Amino acid sequence: MNVNIIETSGLGKRYGSTWALRECMLAVPAGHVAALVGPNGAGKTTLLNLAVGLAEPTAGAVTVLGGLAAGSPAALDGIAFVAQDTPLYKNLPAADMLHLTRNLNRRFDQPYAKARLGELGIPLNRRAGKLSGGQQAQLALTLALARRPRLLVLDEPVAMLDPLARHDFMALVLTAAADDGVSVLLSSHVLAELERVADYLILLSRGRVQVAGEVDDLIASHRVLTGPAAEADRYTERPLVHARRADAQAHLLVRATADDPVPPRWEAHPVGLEELAMAYLREPGAGALPGPARGRATHPTEVTK
Amino acid sequence: MTALTMPGRPAHDARLRPVPWRRMAWVTWRQHRAALGGVAAFLGAFAVYLWLTGLQMHHAEAAYCHPAGSIGCAINFTGRYGETAIIVSIALQAVPALIGAFAGAPVLARELETGTFRYAWTQGIGRLRWTVGKLVPLAVAVTAVAGAFTVLFAWYNQPWVAAGYVTPFSARVFDLLGVAFAAWTLAAFAIGVLAGMLIRRAVPAIAASLAAYAGLAFATGLWLREHYITPLVTSSTNLPGSAWITNNWYTKDGKLVSQSAIRNILQGYHPAPATRVGPNTSQTILNPVGYLTKHGYTHWISYQPGSRFWPFQWIEGGWLLALSVLLIAATVWLVRRRAA
Repeated sequence: MNVNIIETSGLGKRYGSTWALRECMLAVPAGHVAALVGPNGAGKTTLLNLAVGLAEPTAGAVTVLGGLAAGSPAALDGIAFVAQDTPLYKNLPAADMLHLTRNLNRRFDQPYAKARLGELGIPLNRRAGKLSGGQQAQLALTLALARRPRLLVLDEPVAMLDPLARHDFMALVLTAAADDGVSVLLSSHVLAELERVADYLILLSRGRVQVAGEVDDLIASHRVLTGPAAEADRYTERPLVHARRADAQAHLLVRATADDPVPPRWEAHPVGLEELAMAYLREPGAGALPGPARGRATHPTEVTK
Repeated sequence: MTALTMPGRPAHDARLRPVPWRRMAWVTWRQHRAALGGVAAFLGAFAVYLWLTGLQMHHAEAAYCHPAGSIGCAINFTGRYGETAIIVSIALQAVPALIGAFAGAPVLARELETGTFRYAWTQGIGRLRWTVGKLVPLAVAVTAVAGAFTVLFAWYNQPWVAAGYVTPFSARVFDLLGVAFAAWTLAAFAIGVLAGMLIRRAVPAIAASLAAYAGLAFATGLWLREHYITPLVTSSTNLPGSAWITNNWYTKDGKLVSQSAIRNILQGYHPAPATRVGPNTSQTILNPVGYLTKHGYTHWISYQPGSRFWPFQWIEGGWLLALSVLLIAATVWLVRRRAA
């Protein structure tokens, strides 16, 4: 299934006089766990709201699940969304939340949902508002997965959770992605476990896409060069993303592959995903370089940006 | 979890079968049964009270008010129950407003306030069906309950009509009778849900819908209702008691005489001192209309005859229904276009 799970062209959203998102070009192929990363206010929630049809674009277009208009009946049918702070009807027992979700959708895997909640030890007769934060998040995720979506969209799913709950939550997401082939798009400002979770990275900064690409490609196309700080400014062979100086040594994150030559007295190391993301976040102006993305052919302008 | 297999996902199909309405009906019932139960309990308690006092009133009217103007009727019926009946009818005026505010305003406001609209509006059913499937059954339910209540109130009010104390157009009861009460309840509900959608917070939306409803109800009673049908005009002084007098003025020689001119003329009219007023002369002495008539002025009255009660009910019910449909449609439209 080689379709783009989400595709945007010239997508922009303005609230009042502020552009929350602008000129967004994305093409995320199906089958990924894509992480949407960026500082607060970068436009992550806006992009997700546009993708699930809660918001309408001010400019451009967004399609999902291989060309469906975001928010259309077919798109709603195929996408499950867990919003920030996992909104649930707090006065309804978990069992009624299950019933509710089943009645609001064409498909709902009730046995799966019940089995999941049983495994998680979430009592069906307990009101959603009385569950712990972690349990509420798990309940919301279970409801979303029981809809058997093709795309699962999660907005800051783990921000409010303790480390253990965070781990359990992401484990369930990854299981769904691996076993059932659900594509996942999740936003986070927690970089720490990105590496374990995401195989596609979208970096947003000040309403613009800074980096987008498969994690493997991004890692392969970036190197950290370590060498004498005095010579750091003279390095011009490959585009520089971010320079970090520590005493006599400089660490340069550059767009280079393992085949690119390394200057004498410098050493090249592969870069970690967290380090790479951090470097771009520190340099919001650093070349808004859309990373390699499949489906780019449909948007030739994207590579020249 | 891995043991559970996945049902085949349907190929995406433009002719996707929508989620059936009856499933949305379950959702609406589950989420709003408490509010509907509250409305039913509130009106139910009111109904029991009306029934108990209504029975006493019916007995008193039957026992003492034939003929209607008798002293026994005045003591045992009007004197005894008159105040209660007035308080009841005034209290009932507030019922549609309360239903609209407490059952209508929170429907959408609470979703927006707590963020659950992000859950609700991203389910497969879609926003349009979700909104229509919520608002329409709730609107029908509160209207039906109010309509049933009207039947009881008409029975409660009947002795007063029979004894001639309440005319059909009395502002105190007109909108509690016929189709008006149900229509006002529907309008209050529609105002409530729209206020909730616009204000997005339950408590301010409740306050706003109470205020909006009160404004509309007062404006209707004070200025609008009398214009539903062109009033009849007469110079006869002998109007039936059921007529609703909406205006009066004087003419002389076919020309309208202004209010200030009438006031000037009446300056010269000095009723005889009270000591000279006897039962037989009071009409001529203490009657400015009679005084003016004697001086060649004609007194005109515009009025709505009591026989227009039902046409007026249908007109009021009709425009309130149209208004409610419009407000609910506007709410649905707002839900559809609202960006998160």
